[in-house]
Amino acid sequence: MNELLLGLADDELIIGWRDSEWTGIAPMLEEDVAFSSIAQNEIGHARAVYELLADDADALAFDRRLDEYRCAPLVELHLLDWGHTIARRWLYEAADEIRITALMEELPLAAKINREETYHRMHAEMWHERLRDEPHFRAAVGELWPYALGVVLPEQRAELSARVGLNETAAVERGTHTEALAPLLQEMTMVRRSAPAGAQW
Amino acid sequence: MVTAERVWAALEEIPDPEIPVVSLVDLGVIRSVDVSNGQVHVELTPTFLGCPALEMMKRALEEKVAELGAEAEVQVVNDDSWSTDKITAAGREKLRAAGFAPPAPRLVQLQSQVHRCPYCGSTETKLENLFGPTPCRSLRYCTSCRQPFEQFKTI
Repeated sequence: MNELLLGLADDELIIGWRDSEWTGIAPMLEEDVAFSSIAQNEIGHARAVYELLADDADALAFDRRLDEYRCAPLVELHLLDWGHTIARRWLYEAADEIRITALMEELPLAAKINREETYHRMHAEMWHERLRDEPHFRAAVGELWPYALGVVLPEQRAELSARVGLNETAAVERGTHTEALAPLLQEMTMVRRSAPAGAQW
Repeated sequence: MVTAERVWAALEEIPDPEIPVVSLVDLGVIRSVDVSNGQVHVELTPTFLGCPALEMMKRALEEKVAELGAEAEVQVVNDDSWSTDKITAAGREKLRAAGFAPPAPRLVQLQSQVHRCPYCGSTETKLENLFGPTPCRSLRYCTSCRQPFEQFKTI
């Protein structure tokens, strides 16, 4: 169970970080606002789950070695174009809904997270409606699909496959990492490493 | 002598840090107040988990209880007990009067998708952005009175 929760928290922290990279440079002002809010929510979810697992959520979030992170490779990828970014958000929200709702009976926090995710799903669906027939977007979904499968447990993959209308294939599994994670962790921990006693603002 | 009633009344004076027209009590985030032997125990549920106002709410709450001559122990409960249905009737009216469309009850909203302009009352409004200045708000536009407004999201 703790392994599952750590994976969930790491996914939310890392995708929240990736989402925040669009603040100020999204293709339209509305999306600067949307991605900032989504990032804030995702990182809030990560913190709440880390607090269940450890007394010091920051230490758990930032003081581990790279191989101790349990995030799915999907969230690590450094995506530089909007089509791929929306494709990832759409696939991630579909996978995340299956994983979160499966936890809701045991974990009241999961139900609270699920409430907030409703708006992330609406956002992803709006964009999916708009881009679904664009070749660039379809190619991005195809590229990211094996990564999306790695977000959920093997027994949840048939459901995810039906949800997004894609055939199951070999997943890029959680526990492996992409080359994008090391530079991201360097950036994420920069303040913490430069002020080990804790930064004062 | 500190009583639960006096604590509730004091908490009604603490404004929400991001939407100061409503108090923490209006917002429905105070789950319980217990007083025993001069010790005040308050349970607080955040609206959104990533809401940065939570720390400010905690601090304001401790200061307010200190003014009553007692010490507050604040426990943040991250369960699923808060939804926008917890916002009080008085709180909804204060939001509307300040130009924030109050969230419709969940049962209504999930079925009807009707959003009413807080200025003129028209339901001829359209979504401008699902997200707004804080996670709890969307941006809408009223095509009747041509006024943009903020909608408190129903969650």
